[in-house]
Amino acid sequence: MKDFSYIRAATADAARQAAALPGAMLLAGGTTLIDLAKCGVAKPDSLIDITHLNGLDRIEVDERGATIGALAKMSHVADHAGIKSQFPAISEALWQAASAQIRNMATIGGNLMQRTRCPYFRDPANFPACNKRNPGSGCSAIGGVTRGHAVLGTSEACIATYPGDLAAALVAFDAMIHLGERRISVDAFFLLPGSTPDREHAMEPGEMITAIEIPASATARRSTYVKIRDRQSYEFAAASAAVGIEFEPDGRTIRDLRVALGGVATKPWRARAVEDALKGKVLEPEAIRAASLLAVEGAVDHGANRYKIELAPRVVARAILKLGETT
Amino acid sequence: MTNTTISVHLDINGRHHDLALEPRVTLLDALRDRLGLTGTKKGCDHGQCGACTVHVDGERVLACLTLAAQVEGRAVTTIEGLAREGETHPVQAAFLEQDAFQCGYCTPGQIMSAVACIREGHAGSDEEIREYMAGNLCRCGAYPHIVSAVRQAAQEAAS
Repeated sequence: MKDFSYIRAATADAARQAAALPGAMLLAGGTTLIDLAKCGVAKPDSLIDITHLNGLDRIEVDERGATIGALAKMSHVADHAGIKSQFPAISEALWQAASAQIRNMATIGGNLMQRTRCPYFRDPANFPACNKRNPGSGCSAIGGVTRGHAVLGTSEACIATYPGDLAAALVAFDAMIHLGERRISVDAFFLLPGSTPDREHAMEPGEMITAIEIPASATARRSTYVKIRDRQSYEFAAASAAVGIEFEPDGRTIRDLRVALGGVATKPWRARAVEDALKGKVLEPEAIRAASLLAVEGAVDHGANRYKIELAPRVVARAILKLGETT
Repeated sequence: MTNTTISVHLDINGRHHDLALEPRVTLLDALRDRLGLTGTKKGCDHGQCGACTVHVDGERVLACLTLAAQVEGRAVTTIEGLAREGETHPVQAAFLEQDAFQCGYCTPGQIMSAVACIREGHAGSDEEIREYMAGNLCRCGAYPHIVSAVRQAAQEAAS
């Protein structure tokens, strides 16, 4: 890890300004950044530590929704009574992510900013070619070992999976990211790789995530996060689904449905085709399984990741049916 | 970038230490290489194994992904700070009684994690213990005895 200067920010505005300078990066929990600095991927000249700022870690839940400060820890949000009751999918996505230690370190803002786990991206010494790390250098993953790579939202330049769980749950429930005064939907915040996979977020220099806002809804109250992975815990998703459902008063006709995927796409992936196909329909296993196939419309595999195209719709169907059981 | 050091004041196991460190020095390296507190182990050094688990302000974290400079003003507890007046901590005693280790390299991290796991209220069942201890790997595969030790210590703490 190359050395850098360390600056402890006194205010959020000072942090934003300092981080806008060339070579500067914000440091929150550090669980991605320090790791990537050791890998030789992140090479900051200076780190602006924002973990000592006051007031950015509040979690507020009322009848309109939740506002979560950017510096709230994953563990605190996962265990928050209001989040658990009004947004169960958010709590479940968080406690099923990483480990207890990492959840005590990682912040909500930093969680959104986590980088891909693509092993080629993380290994510059052995794989110099990476369009995300070094624009125009090529992609070592395409033609390589692709078991963990994305099948949705890929481009000829990059097939790296966005690894986060929380963001999938956020995009399902129309969450907004606060960048100081500016607000942007989680869906718009994350960019498709296209020909510029180095640009991952619609954030400008001098901007910093200050909070996440999730509107209250019947679908969010009745929601879940189903995560399938190679080992039972402490692992990134092979495929995951954040799902929320609202029934008509008859208790079986679907009034509203939210579906988003994790672990299979280059960004948190809202599956609106599944939602549209099932709204107004009666919850019935065969119809759910058929509609869930729409979650992977347009999917492209690169060999070893083909299983995700079969797995993802099954995870979606399992999540919807699970919510149907809990009347 | 030159190797400029900064002055860092650390509070480790109730004792204050003033160190001159390069900003990139992790809490793990400061503990082991500068303070001689080698109970905290370096396993993967990438946040994947849990051997370096310590408590910062009472919460379990990974010392390998924490910069020493970041914990200035916070209370750090390591495995060396767990015993009280020579008495082993109840979780340490439970690990001994349940034979919850083989080579012992992951054990300090397991114990620091277990103390926090019980305090958090996440040791209510074997299933919950396995989930909330998942951040601590044991290459010897002593997991069944580790779960037994955490269960025993949790039951003792509750009684």
